[in-house]
Amino acid sequence: MNFGNEKMIDSGRRGWRRALPFLLPSLIGMVLFAYLPILISLFLSFTSWSGISRISLTHGFFKFVHENFLGLQNYQEIIRSSEFWTVLSHNFYFIVLYLPLMLVFSLTCAVIINSKTKGSGIYRVIFYIPVLTSWVAAALIWKWFLSFEYGPINNILSFFGIEGPLWLQSETLAMPSIVLASVWKDMGFYGMIFYGGLKGIDPTYYEAAQIDGASRKQLFFKVTLPMLSSVTFYVVMLSLINAFQLFPQVMVMAKDAGPNGATQVMVERIYKYAFRFGKMGYATAYSWILFVIIFFFTFIQKRIEKRWVNYDV
Amino acid sequence: MSEKHETHFWFYLIGTAISIIALVPFLWMISTSFKSNGALLALPIEWIPKKPTFESYSKLFQLSGFLSSSFNSLFVAVLSVSVGLLSASAAAFAFAKLRFKGKDLLFMVFIASLMIPSQVSFIPLYLIMNNLRLTNKLIALVVPCVFKAFAVFMLRQQIMSIPDAYMDAASLDGASLGKTFFRIILPMCRTSLVTLAIILFMDSWNDYLLPLVLMTSKEHFTLPILLNSLSGEFKTSFNLLMAGSLLSMIPILIVYVCSQKYFSNGLQVGGIKG
Repeated sequence: MNFGNEKMIDSGRRGWRRALPFLLPSLIGMVLFAYLPILISLFLSFTSWSGISRISLTHGFFKFVHENFLGLQNYQEIIRSSEFWTVLSHNFYFIVLYLPLMLVFSLTCAVIINSKTKGSGIYRVIFYIPVLTSWVAAALIWKWFLSFEYGPINNILSFFGIEGPLWLQSETLAMPSIVLASVWKDMGFYGMIFYGGLKGIDPTYYEAAQIDGASRKQLFFKVTLPMLSSVTFYVVMLSLINAFQLFPQVMVMAKDAGPNGATQVMVERIYKYAFRFGKMGYATAYSWILFVIIFFFTFIQKRIEKRWVNYDV
Repeated sequence: MSEKHETHFWFYLIGTAISIIALVPFLWMISTSFKSNGALLALPIEWIPKKPTFESYSKLFQLSGFLSSSFNSLFVAVLSVSVGLLSASAAAFAFAKLRFKGKDLLFMVFIASLMIPSQVSFIPLYLIMNNLRLTNKLIALVVPCVFKAFAVFMLRQQIMSIPDAYMDAASLDGASLGKTFFRIILPMCRTSLVTLAIILFMDSWNDYLLPLVLMTSKEHFTLPILLNSLSGEFKTSFNLLMAGSLLSMIPILIVYVCSQKYFSNGLQVGGIKG
């Protein structure tokens, strides 16, 4: 803002006095709901708090610390437990199955939306409907869709003489079922991001390649895909970060984390330790480990993004 | 020419195939919701119910929780959108147009908070709400919306593109900063505000983790939490659960259809928060 002579004063105390009323709500919110929680959970992760006793800063805080402080014991316990590594491997198993399927489907969605053939607008609306649905509703739909006896999938399979599997009740297929539902729900979302990338590609690249006699297949693999590298990278990283936060579908589709705990994942464990098993301290240590993992991926993303990616779009 | 026709053919084939994949689960949901308890378990399955009934819908409305949780969801979503937009646009205005010490640093702190996943902060959030005596109060779901970093980021971009001349003119006319903000800046951000309103509405309406943790008594459930608890209570009554799922989707679908043009440009930004 240019108020001429006020320039000098504006940057001093007066500047803050003018800005503060506008900033205050967000500022309080940021401290209270973004940074303070991270610190509180770090503190709790060093304690054996059960979640039942009240913690108050003014009443008996030091007594609480004295009675409950564990140091790094929660972390040691988690790292040493075989459960943690199993749970982590479930998260990775989800990603390994989910990522290629999701990339293929969302890229296909994007190409179709971008094709500008008649009706591509309708496709765009349809592909996005699963994204709009709440995970609880979507998970219930899929639970019923994959029902062993009454589900459409197994009925179609039986039409071809194949006996459908148990899906969510089977230890081997519970996680793939959740992957199927997740790909179905997310393809429109990442499809729209890819679509944004496709729109940004300069048409002259295609014209030049066509003059050189490139086939459609070559156009796609030699022009479109390389030009989409930055968007693809963004999508992969975003979906990786989201995959570690996998939660509602697991809770609703596979009650109690599937047969023999086959679909136990990080956030599900954190929730259960905190609110079912009364081990808040342990749960917050778990959540800090998750935080570090997610932070690691965010950091890598920021790092590599600069070098590896074709920004010539 | 023939190559063009051929590609068109493939586009339609694949596009329609994916559309079927996207829609069949919903069609199955709709079909199921109109089935009686008998038809639900009929074999071979009835793709289209032979005798469609509204049985499960009327049963759903007779359940004590359904109407109240719908109102709860609406109440929370509308308040979250209002609080979120007002607070974020005010902060965005300060960052875009006012001058104060440490502005750039503070803005970086704002943006850095986007890296904190809500799945990590929900336990302390429960503790904070508990200390503020807000658990089992719907307001607890609204209050955190006072800080929406990505909204601040998006609105700041928009406000920075507004020429200073507008503000100078207002201040010459003797308008206060507040007046300038409400009368001049906000109306000029209409497009971003609408896009953000949609994102915030969807986030709030579909939210699962926070209401699951903060709302433990049935009269304070939001729709997703009610559906979740119904799925435990009526394990096999999928006609009832599908009817509930269908009804829970309707407000979002209405918003979606009414705001098509906003959906294409700004929505990806909101997705970053997941």
